Amino acid sequence: MKSVTVTGKTVEEAIGAALTQLGTDREKVTVTVREEPKKGFFGLGGKPAIVEVSEKPDPFTESQKFLHEVTRKMGISIEIDASRKDHDLYFNLSGEKIAILIGKRGQTLNSLQYLTNLVANRFSDQYVRVVLDAENYRERRKETLQQLANRLAEKAIQTNRSVQLEPMPSLERKVIHMALKERKGISTHSDGKEPHRRVIIVPEKNN
Amino acid sequence: MTVKELIETIVKALVDHPDEVIVSEVQNDRSVTYQLTVHKDDMGKVIGKQGRVAKSIRTVINAAAVNNNQKVNLDIM
Repeated sequence: MKSVTVTGKTVEEAIGAALTQLGTDREKVTVTVREEPKKGFFGLGGKPAIVEVSEKPDPFTESQKFLHEVTRKMGISIEIDASRKDHDLYFNLSGEKIAILIGKRGQTLNSLQYLTNLVANRFSDQYVRVVLDAENYRERRKETLQQLANRLAEKAIQTNRSVQLEPMPSLERKVIHMALKERKGISTHSDGKEPHRRVIIVPEKNN
Repeated sequence: MTVKELIETIVKALVDHPDEVIVSEVQNDRSVTYQLTVHKDDMGKVIGKQGRVAKSIRTVINAAAVNNNQKVNLDIM
């Protein structure tokens, strides 16, 4: 994080000069006024304004740095394809030992995603959401979940009993709810407390 | 790479007092136990609601250890 201390005739002027030096914008910095300017008589005895301007850590670069450092310490070399859309930060990881980063049912990827979320939001005024993916794991998982959802919906209808799914993170539960939204004869809801929250498929007559 | 450094990297990015993050290593028969101490105000940050942060840290270091044919434990003191 870069920071500069600059003097100027007025506080605004000093901030302006500091922004030029750092090559950044007003909303990306925090300003501390060290000394208010004092006007002298006839140009004598006046004191300039002194401000300290420092760059706010940016959630996007901080998250990326965090991911690079953590994976390097894990002994896994990866490439990160990073992009952002409004308040969502997307990081797609790829590399040789990517399976280790994904883990069983995406456990490791989800944990790393959760930790990166914390890092990103530490310095952020607005909530940003970090989404980690590894070689399209999320897309493949989504397809698997949709198939599972349809199979279990069928089972719920045929047996006329509720079907409980295993606990899943919120994004995965959403996939199930969405997949069965239009399906007739059943309804879905989630039950339980995080991280043990799970989807339940209920046949309609049983309601 | 060492698991100790990995723990330090993760934890220092989460806490308000990174200078007070201490990780020590205890070698057991078949595994290594890492003991983590942080500033007392940072305890909540490394444990999290219902231990969610601690659980995530453990998952990540376990993945690294498996990659290294090790077995590791993490104690938060």
